[in-house]
This record gives sequence, structure tokens and C-alpha cells, in this order.
Amino acid sequence: MTTTEQNIDEILIPILEKVSDPEIPVLSIMDMGVVRSAVIKNSIVKVEITPTYSGCPAMDVIGDDIKSALKQAGYESKIELILHPAWTTDWITPRGRKALEDYGIAAPLSAEADKDVLLNDKRIVKCTNCGSQNTRLVSQFGSTACKAQFQCDDCQEPFDYFKCLK
Amino acid sequence: MKENLYNYILGIADNSLILGQRLGELTGHGPSLETDIACTNISLDLFGQVRSYFQYAAKIAGDDRTEDDIAMLRKEREYKNVLLVEQPNTNFAYTMARQFLFDVYHLAFLAELQKSTDLTLSAIANKCIKEVSYHERFSSDWIRRLGDGTEESKAKMQEAIDGLWTYTDELFHQTETDKAMVTEGIGVDVTKLKDTYYTRVSAVLDESTLETPESKWFQKGGKEGIHTEHLGYLLTELQYMQRTYPNMEW
Repeated sequence: MTTTEQNIDEILIPILEKVSDPEIPVLSIMDMGVVRSAVIKNSIVKVEITPTYSGCPAMDVIGDDIKSALKQAGYESKIELILHPAWTTDWITPRGRKALEDYGIAAPLSAEADKDVLLNDKRIVKCTNCGSQNTRLVSQFGSTACKAQFQCDDCQEPFDYFKCLK
Repeated sequence: MKENLYNYILGIADNSLILGQRLGELTGHGPSLETDIACTNISLDLFGQVRSYFQYAAKIAGDDRTEDDIAMLRKEREYKNVLLVEQPNTNFAYTMARQFLFDVYHLAFLAELQKSTDLTLSAIANKCIKEVSYHERFSSDWIRRLGDGTEESKAKMQEAIDGLWTYTDELFHQTETDKAMVTEGIGVDVTKLKDTYYTRVSAVLDESTLETPESKWFQKGGKEGIHTEHLGYLLTELQYMQRTYPNMEW
């Protein structure tokens, strides 16, 4: 079974919270749930991060950004990429979901609702501009691997939807 | 070094590498903006998967080989991808048919690889399967749209399926490496995926009002490094920078 437990040293949390996803600058990597562990051992911080999508080009940048944030705080660090357990959108925190919505990206729905939206043309994704659910799928793939493109048929706003990954 | 495991990983990863490169060729050349983005996103997923596999292979090799060396510095005969994935992009129906015929296999394969006794491989499979199930949704959707579309789109999709059919059987051939890995509980017994594969493919073709080809003449060779002429051209482009400026880094 997969475990969703994180092991993060409390002293490091404020530092890591300042690092954000380069593609979605409003979302901290902590709220995205990609940091799986961060512990200090022999004065070196060992950080384990997990990719959202295998090919996500943001992962290399995130690794570098964590390193420099920790360095500024006086820590040397080692970043390790782990694949198991695989990342899921369930790990995005409530604060992270709100940040996404405020930024104009609709937060992921439940796996079932997500399927209805992406496969069966259900209109339930809330427009991030006007809140209407009268929205439709424009493209199953969006500006990055994690998103799909939608448009609101009430206010006409085009927006991204963060796909459910489970 | 564990020779069999190393070769086994390359065999899996080369399929994703070559198909990823083919889809990448469509960057800026897709038939519409949405399909262009979709193909390149799928390509990106595949390359990401390849990196996980090659990083693991490089670790097993234990010398100074890197993931890039494995991807860029082999000769044509050393690539073990199936013939299906190296077939060129001709029209969009053909590109989607190639994708669909591979996605159905890829999904069934990864479902089994998740059970591998090799923990790294099972973790990679567990990660990739989520992405690949989305690829399969996308490609099967296009089979339906074009198959059950206009007279012209239907004819093109049927032609694509007929043309690519000859490359499907190879997916279920076992190499000596495969057999050794199955015995060790690491590898997937691909011969057992065949029925599920053709059942699923036929079901989608039925739904799309397309005929399932009856031809029993199949091509093979990719897994042994004997490729169609198309691979050479693909590799020329893939390896261009490394061949021209050896050891260059980004």
C-alpha cells in the first residue's frame, strides 16, 4: 500500500514554503505536496521530492530552488527524486487549492467527476472568473502536462483546469 | 553488472523514447493547436518516463555512463523498440492509430509491471500508468471521432489501422532477455497480454464503425534491433547534437 505520510522537520517548513512551482508561482511546493520528507542529518538537509508528472520540466528547477533557499538559510542540502508513492492531486492542500483558484486555475475535482468532465462533456467545472458551471472542455491537454483547457460559456473566459491525478 | 536487467530496461524504455521523439516532431506542426499541444504533452510524459528508466539503467551499469549516453550514443541496431513506434507521422489518422495501438499495449504492460519484484521498476510503472491511461483516453477518442466521422476521415482511419496492423503482433514476442526476466519475477510475460489487447482494440474499432483487420501477416524484428528504414532517419535527428559536438551538455 502507498503511504501519504510526510516527514518534514518543523524548522524547515517556513523555508520550504517560500519555494514555489515555477509554472504556478502562487503555489508553494509544500501546498502542492511534492515535498515528501526533509530532515537534517549531520548538518545536511536531505529533501525528498516527488514529481507531479514524469516529464515535468519544473522538477529540476524546483530542486535547484530548494537548494538555494536552504543555502540562504544556512543549510547545505541534498535533493532526491522519489517515485514511490506516486504523487496524486489529493496531496494539494486546501490552501493550495484556494491559491490555484485565485490564480485562475480550477482546482481538481474528485476522480469520478473528473472523468465526467474530461470524457463525458459534463459541465461542472467552476469558471474561475465568474463561478458559473456552464463551462466546456476545449482541449484535454493544456499549457502544461497537469492541466486541461476550458472555456466558460457565460462569461466566455478561457481558463485552465488542474486535472485529477490518482 | 546485471546484464539481463539492463537490457530489459532499455527494451521497455526505447519504445517510449522513439514514440516520444516521433510525437515531438509534431511540435508546431499539429493539425490544430489543441492536438499539437496534446501530442507534445504526451511526448513529454514519455520522455519523463524514459529518464526514470535510463537513470536506473545507468545506475545498474555502474560505470560512468549517463542517461544521456544511453539515449544518444547507441547505434541503430542497439535500439530495441518495436517497429510500430518508429513508423513516421504521415497524416493525423495514422499518428493517432499508431498511438492507440501502442497505448492499449502500454497500459496492459504497465499494469503487470507494477507487480514486478524489482521495486524501482514497479514504482516507475505505478507512476507511468496514470499518465498512460490518459494517453489511451485521448487516442481512443480520436479513433472514434475519425472512424465514426465523415466518409473521408473514416477511410483515412481504416487505412491507418490496416497499414499498422502488421506491427501489432510483435508487441507480444518474447526475447531471451524477456524470458529470463519473467523467470526471475522481474519482467512481464507479454504473451499473456495478447488476448486482452486484441479484445480492447477490437471493441474500440467496433464502436468507431471500423473493421478489425483479418490479416495474419505480421512484421517483426525491432526487439532484436532489426528495424524498418525509418528508424535511421529518426536517430539522425535525435542524435545530431551529440554526434556533431561530442560530449556537449545543455
